[in-house]
Amino acid sequence: MKSFFTHPLTLRVISVVIVFSFWEYLGRIPISPAFPTFLETMAALWEMITDGSMAAVYPATFQPLLIGLFISSFFGIACGIFMGLNHRAEWFGAPVFIVLQSAPLAALIPLLTFAYGIGLTSKVLTVCIMSMPVIVLNAYSAVRHTPVTMIEMGASYLGSRWQIVMKIVIPAASPVIYAGLRLGAAMGFIGAILAELLITPTGIGDLITYNQSIAEYAKMYAAIFSIMVFAVIFIEILERTEYIFFRPDKRVSQ
Amino acid sequence: MSTTAEAVSTATSPIAVEVEQVSKIYPGGVEALHDMTIQFPKGQLTSLLGPSGCGKTTLLKIIAGLLPLTTGRVTVNGVEVTGPGEERAFVFQDFALMPWASVLRNAAFGLELRGVPKSERNAIAEKYIEAVGLKGYENLYPHELSGGMRQRVGLARALAVDADVLLMDEPFSAVDEQTRRKFQEDLLDVIKEEGKTFIFVTHSIEEAVYVSHSIALLLPRPSRVSEIIRPDIDRSISPDAIRRDPVYLDIVERIWQGLRSYVE
Repeated sequence: MKSFFTHPLTLRVISVVIVFSFWEYLGRIPISPAFPTFLETMAALWEMITDGSMAAVYPATFQPLLIGLFISSFFGIACGIFMGLNHRAEWFGAPVFIVLQSAPLAALIPLLTFAYGIGLTSKVLTVCIMSMPVIVLNAYSAVRHTPVTMIEMGASYLGSRWQIVMKIVIPAASPVIYAGLRLGAAMGFIGAILAELLITPTGIGDLITYNQSIAEYAKMYAAIFSIMVFAVIFIEILERTEYIFFRPDKRVSQ
Repeated sequence: MSTTAEAVSTATSPIAVEVEQVSKIYPGGVEALHDMTIQFPKGQLTSLLGPSGCGKTTLLKIIAGLLPLTTGRVTVNGVEVTGPGEERAFVFQDFALMPWASVLRNAAFGLELRGVPKSERNAIAEKYIEAVGLKGYENLYPHELSGGMRQRVGLARALAVDADVLLMDEPFSAVDEQTRRKFQEDLLDVIKEEGKTFIFVTHSIEEAVYVSHSIALLLPRPSRVSEIIRPDIDRSISPDAIRRDPVYLDIVERIWQGLRSYVE
């Protein structure tokens, strides 16, 4: 019995139930006419899924999001690893990304629109500027903090520089690189929505803005809820891929 | 008992590793080794024993080719050391196992880096995993093993590359006392069977006396070899009998008297 109550899955379900119950309670007080209850939101979500309005808008959101995340992951990790391995690249790159990470990047969106118009490019770039700094900085610090004795081990067993990087440094850094990717993906979702709210209303951003303007608050929250669910699922999938490709030992320990 | 560094080499054994007037000054000016000369006879285990700060790990890493020396010369089998080499293998204090790799892959890793084909290197690694007493654990990951078992994997990795000289940097210091004793006993068997040269860094007097053919006592400030002790213990008796042997106990006591002034 004890194992049932302390099982991670049970605890997660309990946590979710508590949050949604609280939401339902606040909606029923009600704290604002613009704040629907949980059940109303779910009903609206179901309606939007069944009438096809969800499926119609998501491709427009996912296109810049996935392109942006792919670019940021690929270049971000490459850049971070290079900075971790090479001191000159570190001096050159680290300050740029540290500034980018702490700057309010949403403020740059009007500038991007000014330079690249209101099309796909601006949206992809918005996703990139949001997600890339955290990916780069995590990859960089992971590589920089490879345990010294692991590298000495590689050297003493006659590993070449390339072998040491591929077989020791990158696998050792992979947990932190993946942590960066998950944070980056979360930032990318924020970027995609920001782009749709600030540049041109398309995709899920359009659904949010439109339903807000016609006071269909349940639908507006349902749209927000759906993008959060997607973000969580996406990040969960990322975590699984790490266990499969880089860290078989973690699957054992689960 | 001989007391000078040059007298380490006994007439009976040829020399595997020779350290000639080696000094090491770290960037920043700290002098870790000063004009050190010492020889390590072939097929024997020589311990480097001394208080912390006496440069024993520095010396081992210089012999391994992991640290450059400032002046002097180290030769292994007559060839000058310029970097890590095939004829030397290192056993690390913190094991340096890859947590994402199984016991088998860790043990075979030295061969993997040398480009030995997978089936061949796994066969060799399996043999040494069995030799260190880990048969049946090949597919486990390091975090599933105890500290002592992890170091056995480290030892299997070093044996698998078939180096002439094994460099062990405080291999048992991260292992609990009971496991450590068993490991020391097993190490004596490995030394007998493999016929390799072992250079063994330790700060434990008992351990050094128990496992070594000869002990180089290193003293700090300036770092130097103060004397070479050859524990003349009859190793045919049981491990427990050795630990109660008056000769063993006398040597332990004598080394302690020599070192105690440096501990305060």
